[in-house]
Amino acid sequence: MRVIYILWLRQLKKYFRSRSRIVGAIGQPLLFLLALGYGLGSIYKEAGQGNYLQFLVPGIMAQTVLFSAMFFGAMIIFDRQFGFLKETLVAPVSRFKIMLGGALGGATTAVIQGSLVFLVSLLLGFRPMHWLGSLLALVFMSILALAITSFSSGIGTFVEDMQGFQAINQFIVFPLYFLSGALYPLTHVPSWLRIIAEFNPISYTVDALRYAMLGTSRFSITHDLIAMGITLAVMMVFAAIRFRHIET
Amino acid sequence: MIEVEHLSKSFNKFKAVDDVSFKVEKGELFALLGPNGAGKSTTIKMLTTLLKPSSGKLTLNGHDVMRNPDAVRSSFGIVFQDPSLDSDLTAYENMELHAVLYNVAKGQVKPRVKELMKLVGLWERKDSLVKTYSGGMKRRLEIARGLLHHPKVLFLDEPTLGLDTQTRNLLWQYVDNLARQNDMTVLFTTHYLEEAENNADRIAIIDQGKLLRIGTPKELLKDTQTTNLEQAYLKLTGHEIRDEEVDPHESWRAIRRARSMR
Repeated sequence: MRVIYILWLRQLKKYFRSRSRIVGAIGQPLLFLLALGYGLGSIYKEAGQGNYLQFLVPGIMAQTVLFSAMFFGAMIIFDRQFGFLKETLVAPVSRFKIMLGGALGGATTAVIQGSLVFLVSLLLGFRPMHWLGSLLALVFMSILALAITSFSSGIGTFVEDMQGFQAINQFIVFPLYFLSGALYPLTHVPSWLRIIAEFNPISYTVDALRYAMLGTSRFSITHDLIAMGITLAVMMVFAAIRFRHIET
Repeated sequence: MIEVEHLSKSFNKFKAVDDVSFKVEKGELFALLGPNGAGKSTTIKMLTTLLKPSSGKLTLNGHDVMRNPDAVRSSFGIVFQDPSLDSDLTAYENMELHAVLYNVAKGQVKPRVKELMKLVGLWERKDSLVKTYSGGMKRRLEIARGLLHHPKVLFLDEPTLGLDTQTRNLLWQYVDNLARQNDMTVLFTTHYLEEAENNADRIAIIDQGKLLRIGTPKELLKDTQTTNLEQAYLKLTGHEIRDEEVDPHESWRAIRRARSMR
């Protein structure tokens, strides 16, 4: 436990010491909220769907958690390049604990980022339907965050440089995000898109966040939770296996 | 304490280590010498579970290195050739993290960190972020960190590179004392041959992945009919300059390190 704790703490210290990271990770979601929320809001309303900002905020929160958690994989690459990774790999500690401590730390910072976006969106006029539900949103964000930090740390063990890592972001994570129903409802989309969304783990977090904060969801919350749980388990196994075979 | 039997490692076609065998006894200070790219660091990486051998058998503190990596990891400490500190943390935080990774008892952490940081003259700067340290200070901190958990076997991969003579002497004195007091085994590499001559009980010279000669400093001089280790070393390994095969991470770190040394 001491090992997991200190590796978790390391991530938090690094996060709070890097002001640019905090500000940078707020910038992108803010842009999405302003450009899309205000830009598409009137069309959305005309189409009879109600308030777009309300619909959009849970999606943008998921986006923030997703990309902040992906950034944790980049930290593994930096750790390798700066040599610190070796220091942890030769330690008499199971590789799983090393992976888990870091991933929990990365997940915590991702959830902090997601919560900051929630606060910003309150300033922009977002109102959750249930304030208590917003606490539930914390739980859902945490599950997504840990799943994605596990995924990205597993990726970080075999991708050699930032360019390769960016490519994975571009070709896997961005499509998953855009096809998840974070930005538009999945009710009126072509069936191929709906099928993709149903196999997309991000869809379920977005859906669960809407359930928590707006009280409406496309799937049942049980369905969402099972999908999120399976994703988390698969990602953690993936990361654990990758860490066991890591070489420098 | 350390047994290396017919160890080989190839990267694609390049043979970095080629059928190397040697033994290091408990409490021995053992030097591994050789030109750049001879296979010293690769051998250490395999002994410290960071790299899997292509063939051969490794035993450390009675444990098979490939079969039982966790038991092996708790037996040794290492000071790496390249930097391995977290520069966004303070020096103290780096030490503390290491102490926790190596399961140093809670009450022991602070006194031991203090003792070692004082030894390398960094205690006054313990709360500075490591990124504000000079190259030499980082090196000293890494050495202090490697000694923190009193390991049974200590690997020092060019520990004194970039350090001034005063610090080098101090360091060797401390390592020597620690080894004698705790019966600690030390395997080190260095390019400063006088360090090997003065401190090592036995020396192995390797070149192009092959073990050329092994013995006490005196035996090596006698074998090669030379009067000092440098002459013996040059007689065995020749005078030409070697190209080093490096992987992308290594070269990247080498650049960083060259910068930080300036």
